[in-house]
Amino acid sequence: MSIFIDKSTTVIVQGITGRDGGFHTKQMIEYGTRIVGGVTPGKGGQKFDDKVPVFNTVHEAVKETNANTSVIYVPPMYAADAMMEAADAGIKFIVCITEGVPVLDMTRVYPFVKEKGARLLGPNCPGLITPGESKVGIIPGRICTPGNIGVVSRSGTLTYEVVYQLTRAGMGQSTCVGIGGDPINGTNFIDCLAAFEADPKTKAVAMMGEIGGTDEQEAAEFVRKHMKKPVVGFIAGQTAPPGRRMGHAGAIISGSAGTAAEKIEAFEKAGMGVAKRPIDFVQLLKDRM
Amino acid sequence: MNIHEYQAKEILRAEGVPIPPGEVATTPEQAEAIAKKMGGMVVVKAQVHAGGRGKAGGVKLAKTPEEAKELASRILGMQIKGLTVHKVLVTSAADIASEAYVGIILDRATKKPVFMVSPAGGIDIEEVAATTPEKILKLPIDTRYGLQPYQASELGFFLFDDVKKVRAASKIMMALYQAFMKNGASLAEINPLVVTPAGDVVALDAKMVIDDNELDRHPELAALRDETAEAASEVDARNSSLTFIKLDGNVGCVVNGAGLAMATMDLVKFYGGEPANFLDIGGSSNPEKVVNALRIITADPSVKVILFNIFGGITRTDDVANGIVTATKANPLKIPIVIRLTGTNEEIAMKILQENGFSASSDMDEAVKKAVDLATKGGKAA
Repeated sequence: MSIFIDKSTTVIVQGITGRDGGFHTKQMIEYGTRIVGGVTPGKGGQKFDDKVPVFNTVHEAVKETNANTSVIYVPPMYAADAMMEAADAGIKFIVCITEGVPVLDMTRVYPFVKEKGARLLGPNCPGLITPGESKVGIIPGRICTPGNIGVVSRSGTLTYEVVYQLTRAGMGQSTCVGIGGDPINGTNFIDCLAAFEADPKTKAVAMMGEIGGTDEQEAAEFVRKHMKKPVVGFIAGQTAPPGRRMGHAGAIISGSAGTAAEKIEAFEKAGMGVAKRPIDFVQLLKDRM
Repeated sequence: MNIHEYQAKEILRAEGVPIPPGEVATTPEQAEAIAKKMGGMVVVKAQVHAGGRGKAGGVKLAKTPEEAKELASRILGMQIKGLTVHKVLVTSAADIASEAYVGIILDRATKKPVFMVSPAGGIDIEEVAATTPEKILKLPIDTRYGLQPYQASELGFFLFDDVKKVRAASKIMMALYQAFMKNGASLAEINPLVVTPAGDVVALDAKMVIDDNELDRHPELAALRDETAEAASEVDARNSSLTFIKLDGNVGCVVNGAGLAMATMDLVKFYGGEPANFLDIGGSSNPEKVVNALRIITADPSVKVILFNIFGGITRTDDVANGIVTATKANPLKIPIVIRLTGTNEEIAMKILQENGFSASSDMDEAVKKAVDLATKGGKAA
């Protein structure tokens, strides 16, 4: 078991003929992901890499392939449209990798996708991977190994760092999910924690948050009230100055809100393990399992 | 991206928000000429990206053009929260009967723009929220439909009793919402929105923050960026497609990915050091970025050591290694460098570095500890 994706997940790639889309499609296929089609308007009828059919629209791709999941690698100004098109075509799980999507666009996309009954992951995220089964997005497959730790994070490379440390320590992962660094995103920490709690394979969860917003504080409250499985948390940005956007659009301390200190305090109050360094996840998780 | 008060006012004026006339001056003589043109009392206001301008002495009332000139000469060049004032806004002064607050922020919790209005204007809204939250009305707006007239009216009635003022305020709400949406803002604020003794409702101050992600489709807004209002190193970094934020420490950090960059800074602190900067070279594999990153970091004389922390996913570590070699050949380093690389093409990267006399580690903690040691005790290059 796993969360959100597994061996049976069928995926189309929006922006499959682009530079990033093409590169990562090859990586996903190599990993074993069932890529059943791609979409690039105007390139319908072509084959990507001589095997993956390309369609002009997501509706057409869904009709022909029955895909249930889409991954988006289109430029930021077209990403909102791509997410809405996927939801409208009946895709139930939409993963948007694109960084730089205007936040106001997301104020329209989020309710639209929700009303269509789809789940959105991202934007500005590395996607997710269920080691040994499927990966949707850009997380490097070789740093992961199958196992029973659920991983959820707002960051890309920081996730890789922690997953790498876990793998080196012999601790495999059930699913690793990057929810992304934007202020408005589709799937939040609580959605992932609830899914990990319900997943029989996951025995413990590693969670990497960062400064900005209150998603981590709400997640801590959820852990306290609803989770039996142990959760260990980390917050990046303890040394970040207030009022500055630390790379991620959502990583900003506004006034006195969204600091690392208040998030760590929320973790402690919820009885979670608190990793001071990425390496600390290994021991803290071992202690709790 | 922050824009100045005078720029925000121009945007709001174009949408029909009543704002007293004003113009920008960069010299005391210009300020005098503008004051003469305005006639009567004027306010001379420092244009910097910092709050608390009034308290810092950057906002002054002038009765005559000569006084405006004198005040401008004092305010221009003044430092407010570490930023130098290069421009002043000279604007007609208005008599104030009462002050209100009107703002829109992009709210993460509701995932919508949220109107915030309060009859307690003129002071910091965070303070009002903390002490008298009942004096604030919050109203989330569904951007698919936009601000409806009944909502604008509801906001107006929260501020005023008199119907004439409510109508005027509602019109201003509609205009502010238009400006917010059209310009891809993440914040738009009028504080204070004042009522004059004659009963007119006018905006005396305005603040707007533009979502950086909107600048590609709004070149006219990107052009409003005032590079003199930012640290030179940050301007250089942005022009080199790097995300860089200057800090006060002495360990220069070059990292790929924002989360890992923050975690690296935190780890420097954990081992007793102080990071000199946040720097994300991003996901692409371009050696040129590494060259630019090294140039920007080494330009800061307080930096005692350079720490690379690269986790190669999309980023190819051999590209980073090539960047380090190219940059240091062109401009030999005067300070030690500590390199941590792991991930995509790690073996090739290590070979490139060794052949060029660098050593590298694949362990993050080990590298950070070493960098902190070098920065605090002063050591030799690796």
